[in-house]
Amino acid sequence: MSNTSQSRHSMHLTLLVWRQEGPHKPGSLEKFTAKNVSEDMSFLEMLDFVNEDIIKSGKRPIEFDSDCREGICGCCGVVINGQPHGPDRATATCQLHMRTFKDGDTIVIEPLRAKAFPIIKDLVVDRGALDRVMSAGGFVSVKTGPHADANAILIPKPIADLAMDAAACIGCGACVAACPNASAALFTSAKISQLALLPQGKPEAARRVTGMVEQMDKEGFGNCTNIGECRAACPKEVSIDFIAKMKREYFKAMFAPMESAAGDGGA
Amino acid sequence: MIPLRKALSSSVGKKFIMAFSGLCLGGFIVVHLLGNLALYRADGAAFNLYAATLESFGKFIIAAELGLIALFLLHAISAMLLKLNHWGARPERYSVVKSKGGESKSTLASRNMIISGGVIFAFVILHVWSFKYGPGITEGYTAAGGAHGEIRDLHRLVVESFHNPLIVSAYVFVMLLLGGHLWHAFWSGLQSFGLTNPRYTKGLYCLGSMFAVVLSVGFLMIPIWIFFDLSTVLLGAIK
Ligand code: HEM
Ligand code: FES
Repeated sequence: MSNTSQSRHSMHLTLLVWRQEGPHKPGSLEKFTAKNVSEDMSFLEMLDFVNEDIIKSGKRPIEFDSDCREGICGCCGVVINGQPHGPDRATATCQLHMRTFKDGDTIVIEPLRAKAFPIIKDLVVDRGALDRVMSAGGFVSVKTGPHADANAILIPKPIADLAMDAAACIGCGACVAACPNASAALFTSAKISQLALLPQGKPEAARRVTGMVEQMDKEGFGNCTNIGECRAACPKEVSIDFIAKMKREYFKAMFAPMESAAGDGGA
Repeated sequence: MIPLRKALSSSVGKKFIMAFSGLCLGGFIVVHLLGNLALYRADGAAFNLYAATLESFGKFIIAAELGLIALFLLHAISAMLLKLNHWGARPERYSVVKSKGGESKSTLASRNMIISGGVIFAFVILHVWSFKYGPGITEGYTAAGGAHGEIRDLHRLVVESFHNPLIVSAYVFVMLLLGGHLWHAFWSGLQSFGLTNPRYTKGLYCLGSMFAVVLSVGFLMIPIWIFFDLSTVLLGAIK
């Protein structure tokens, strides 16, 4: 970075970052100053940049999660000034640019908070609960055999599009973090709908919705009260219409005959 | 098939109970307001006759009352069970919380349903106690009821109560909370049942807000109307 571009676009920020040594340790906000932050940095690059100074001074760097850094893996996610993934809509933390902030700003950075997401360290939380919800039915059981013909099963374009909208969920957990009740309804409903909409997912639909809702409840998430903060925070703008679909799927499952679990001898 | 017990104790099932009881209560208050429109007349004959007619249904009205009590309890108990679960779901609070706006339905009303609901619950107990179990024929609150013979002058009791500024303010306050509750409830109840559709969501939410305003204003104007004797004042002005 040249000096001129630094002086032209750089800013000085105050960070209040949640520091916590481990899952059952007490945590608190710690103050850092971030000097010469370029407006072209992503939010995570800014944290990397601050961490370099912290490491140089011999202290423990700020821990946070990231992987793809292009908004597709769902690994990143912190709560920035009270908003999961920061102030921009349809943006993951890794896609958030520092130009969203102004010189002199104070930024409060907290982890995604929910009982179901225990803090591992600082801003890193364990989102295994979402994986366990998936394991409870978020899949399609298929016979693995020769490669099937593409388009052997016709799917109308609007249905395919809708399933794709649900499948856009990257499982980052921002919905849980944004929900006043820490509910995982948006995540769970997106995964249920994505499969329930498609012919391949229909045979197991009743068992899937039953299992996934049951697991969601077991993980200690709160309940949906239809407030919709999840939709606003979702980096993929997954709609709460899928929550309505989950309700319909559940209602159907209450009355539909349910095929028995895979592996116990068939229907 | 999900066993009913398991289904209704799941988070989704509890919301089915919440939404079912809530929407039924919504139906009740519509009927209740329609009946109470008779209070907008200064002359109490119509209102007293309406109350006496309801009473005359005997066993049927008692069955309906028991049904209403069951709905209220079902609604309030599942509300509390759900709320207890939310409280546990985020043990450590955020130091800053800010809505991202957009299509979020986060409002003062939607975030405080348990408070508006709790106040309504307490109000309903006092309301029934003071009117239904208030002074009647034995205390001399009588009126001529035509075919019904001598009937209770409930209108007099209502008018007397609504000349007390404290009671009037309390009613107006609670009816504003009811409006808030309904603002979120209409849309939420339908969404909880999955009865929403992307095409109608905006319209349903809008309809819900109008429903809330009409009911809230419809109820809260009754004590104000009586306190300021608006039927005489306004109708007098027209004449
Ligand atoms: C006239 C009386 C009432 C009516 C018409 C009414 C109506 C409704 C409706 C339609 C819902 C939406 C249900 C859903 O989304 O599942 C609702 C939600 C709710 N009601 Fe009531 N209600 C009334 C009284 C009460 C009372 C007495 C309480 C209790 C203590 C209460 C507490 C709640 C709560 C906490 C919700 C939360 C819904 C949510 O956000 O998930 N309500 N109400
Ligand atoms: S790091 Fe992959 S989505 Fe942000």
